[in-house]
Amino acid sequence: MTVAALQINDVSKVFNNESERVHVLDNINLSVKQGEFLSVIGPSGCGKSTLLKLIAGLDLHYEGTIVIGSQDVNGPSKDRGFIFQEHRLFPWLTAEKNIAGNLSLKDPAIRKRVDDLISLVKLNGFEKAFPRQLSGGMSQRVAIARALLRNPEILLLDEPFGALDAFTRSHLQEALLEIWQKNQTTMVLVTHDIDEAVFLSSKIVVMDSKPGRIKATVSIDLPYPRRRTSKSFQEFRTVILNHLDHKPEDKEDWTI
Amino acid sequence: MSTQTIVQSNAISIKKKKTNSKKSKIFFRGLFLPIFILFLWQLLGTVGVLPAQLFSSPLLILTSFIELIQSGELASHLQISLTRAILGFSLGSFFGLLVGIIVGMNKRSEEYLNPTIQMLRTIPLLAITPLFIMWFGFGELSKVLLIALGAFFPLYLQTFLGIRNVDQKLYDVAQILEYSRLEKITKLMIPGALPNILLGIRLALSAAWMCLVVAELLGADRGVGFMIQDARSFMQTDIVFVGIIIFALAGKISDSIVRFLENRLLKWQDSFKA
Repeated sequence: MTVAALQINDVSKVFNNESERVHVLDNINLSVKQGEFLSVIGPSGCGKSTLLKLIAGLDLHYEGTIVIGSQDVNGPSKDRGFIFQEHRLFPWLTAEKNIAGNLSLKDPAIRKRVDDLISLVKLNGFEKAFPRQLSGGMSQRVAIARALLRNPEILLLDEPFGALDAFTRSHLQEALLEIWQKNQTTMVLVTHDIDEAVFLSSKIVVMDSKPGRIKATVSIDLPYPRRRTSKSFQEFRTVILNHLDHKPEDKEDWTI
Repeated sequence: MSTQTIVQSNAISIKKKKTNSKKSKIFFRGLFLPIFILFLWQLLGTVGVLPAQLFSSPLLILTSFIELIQSGELASHLQISLTRAILGFSLGSFFGLLVGIIVGMNKRSEEYLNPTIQMLRTIPLLAITPLFIMWFGFGELSKVLLIALGAFFPLYLQTFLGIRNVDQKLYDVAQILEYSRLEKITKLMIPGALPNILLGIRLALSAAWMCLVVAELLGADRGVGFMIQDARSFMQTDIVFVGIIIFALAGKISDSIVRFLENRLLKWQDSFKA
């Protein structure tokens, strides 16, 4: 048995509003294998983005444990890259400086790494461009390169393509898949796009809202690259859709 | 293909010429009124409608300007004034920036410091001047401190505002990328607040010039303000005008320097027009 890259044990989180206690996450148990592409899908408010924040170490107030490799999460670390829905680039830095972040481009090793990443996300020629000069898709590519800079073991993606148009989205999905296959990085993607989840993931976790809990886990054993129009692709779409639509009591009917 | 590029570049150069001639037209339109006034002023002075003692005339002012330069008197006054302005501005803007950053990044220090600073800010500087003279005398210290005080408030205010306006979402990014506390200041807060900080510097500069004039008019034995005050008591109107022109030029030049900095440092901005 391989060691899990990410292990989530009995994680619960409660938001205390003035009037009520909201169970954002209720007893989440999840195990992600090394090199796996996991998608977390669910309606808005199911706590999927919160879960990602906890994994990233941005929020340490929760019950339960989150283990990366063999270490408990106690804050952000370079073993986890994070890509947000918006590109969140620093507007005063050029593309290459955004990728380098707080590391200096004068260091030849960093310079080489940044150049490699620029080629990887196909942004050659735009190294010196400011974010305002880049399209939404290009900015998100820079953000992906920035997250990959430190060779993270896990890449956390919070609806990274949600704000992009359909063409750019599918281009970037293919780019991400290529990166995943090349680097064998473990991916955890939060999305509300069923098509995206089925296209990319090796495993999909369907979440329910209020309280946020895991409703079903579906393994997608289709070979890559997947064709969105194929029959088996559509079948998996239907399975996920039904998990999302149906009430918890008849979930047995739909698990694979 | 190549002809197309040639045609295109021709079109661009024609367009450039057009905008250039338009620009110079606008420039000359702006120049019309001041030249007209100078001409009228000189004419009325020469004819004798305006008494020369009170209103001088453009030519008289020019003559005494040249005389003051040749005698080296202007240079020595200007030197001491500039020294005061630079010292006071550096002191005030340094602390303005420092306190602005501290208050901007820390809610607790905002609660402790901001109300007091906001209250002090509303006091007209002219009202504090007598106190400063009583405490620090007529010497350089009171002048430099007054200028520093004038420069402090705008820079403090804009820095504080700028840091608060930095996109909160970028702090998450800095945390993910493991920026140290110092890096968060130098690589996130200050660049993010830079548009405001530069605006603050511009406001601080004009406040510094104003305080310099006030300080030198109230009591000094050297400096451009003193030169004006001294000329007034001898009814040398032309020298008064020379002093005013010097202050106007100094203000304009320092403003242009900040504008130049803005052009260099803010080219990443959306609203920026090169």
